Amino acid sequence: MCLAVPGKIVSIDTSVPELKTAKVDFGGIVKHICVQWVDVQEGDYILAHAGMAISVLDEGEALQTLADFDAIARALESD
Amino acid sequence: MQYIDDYRNNTHIQTLARAINRKVAHEWNIMEICGGQTYAIARYRLEDLLPPEVRLLHGPGCPVCVTSEEVIDHALDIARHPEVILASFGDMMRVPGNETDLLHLKAQGADIRLLYSPLDAVELAAANPAREVVFFAVGFETTIPVHLAALQEARRRKMTNFSLLCSFFAVAPAMEMIVQQPDNRVDGFLAAGHVCAITGNAACRRLAARYKHPVIITGFEPVDLLYGLYRCICQLERNEAQVENAYKRAVPENGNTVAQALMNDALDTVGCKWRGIGYIPDSGFVLKAKYSAYDATGKFPFENTKHLTNTRCISGEIMKGKLCTADCHCFGTECTPEHPAGAPMVSAEGVCAAYYRYRQP
Repeated sequence: MCLAVPGKIVSIDTSVPELKTAKVDFGGIVKHICVQWVDVQEGDYILAHAGMAISVLDEGEALQTLADFDAIARALESD
Repeated sequence: MQYIDDYRNNTHIQTLARAINRKVAHEWNIMEICGGQTYAIARYRLEDLLPPEVRLLHGPGCPVCVTSEEVIDHALDIARHPEVILASFGDMMRVPGNETDLLHLKAQGADIRLLYSPLDAVELAAANPAREVVFFAVGFETTIPVHLAALQEARRRKMTNFSLLCSFFAVAPAMEMIVQQPDNRVDGFLAAGHVCAITGNAACRRLAARYKHPVIITGFEPVDLLYGLYRCICQLERNEAQVENAYKRAVPENGNTVAQALMNDALDTVGCKWRGIGYIPDSGFVLKAKYSAYDATGKFPFENTKHLTNTRCISGEIMKGKLCTADCHCFGTECTPEHPAGAPMVSAEGVCAAYYRYRQP
């Protein structure tokens, strides 16, 4: 139920200011998603849940987490 | 796909599994809260990668599974009104009430629709002005504000034929109930990342500080889940009880404040019944009186006179971390995804359905 899927903002439609929507590309499948709750631009990645963008994905934090996996791998090898 | 492939990467999975096996020195019971996490654990067979000292308990975070029989019966009753179009997520269609389920009622001619988003129900109501559209609104904090966004959109468009039948739950009170049980077995939690993306991390911080259990905010891909487990086990072995965010790419510390404002504006906190588990204080939400025009419980009052028919389902004890699916005499025989006796056999994210599909009990 709480499934949320990452997707890339293709374009943003602000014609209804109370319900801003965006075309979002989910690995080739494009859907309209409401982006009223997030501050986004074209090219940003969001997490979509039940038609709503609930969060903007943070590239810096994602890279930090991946770097942590590498650090764990190095620590295993040096043990 | 960006933000997915790295978190299903086999090298990272092997690294984290080895790191967990290296780190563990004692026996630990760790509960993942969200049904989406349970599903991924079963699907990717992550338990097979863990040392025997680490046992996963599967928590109550599937709103389809914990919606009470009485609310399902109310939805069935509303759907029987000829002027009503009842809409909901696909998962709700086959959850048994006390006598039948929505899919059987649909087969008998009731107008019941499956929708992807509550926002689509507003369009359905706009396209059918002579009908009453009721969205059977089920969810935790991740989904609740999406329903409220639909309510606000219906209100903005001055629609009078749209309402919500709400079955809304809060995750943190259920976690608190579990650790307060005298025979609690949970040593640490993997918190539901997408709930925290809305609520922020304050409730997890209170829980960790008060009950001295580590709480790791965790994502939903196999690498995310192993990373959450690794950080939880590191804390447990050091005898620490902190909140750590292992899903920082998606969960900011304060969550989504727009969604929180929607919830604060529209909802009152109430005690409510969780199917199989029972009453938990302050664990649910109802619409405030100012939104009664959009509340299906007022538009379609219902008094349930039926008594609970299926008392053999042990899923409540499973979701409290006390039993597992192997303890159930009905699993895979009387209760299957085709003929579910209990709610967790219905939703793909229910622990029983996930185990039925991907694992032995």
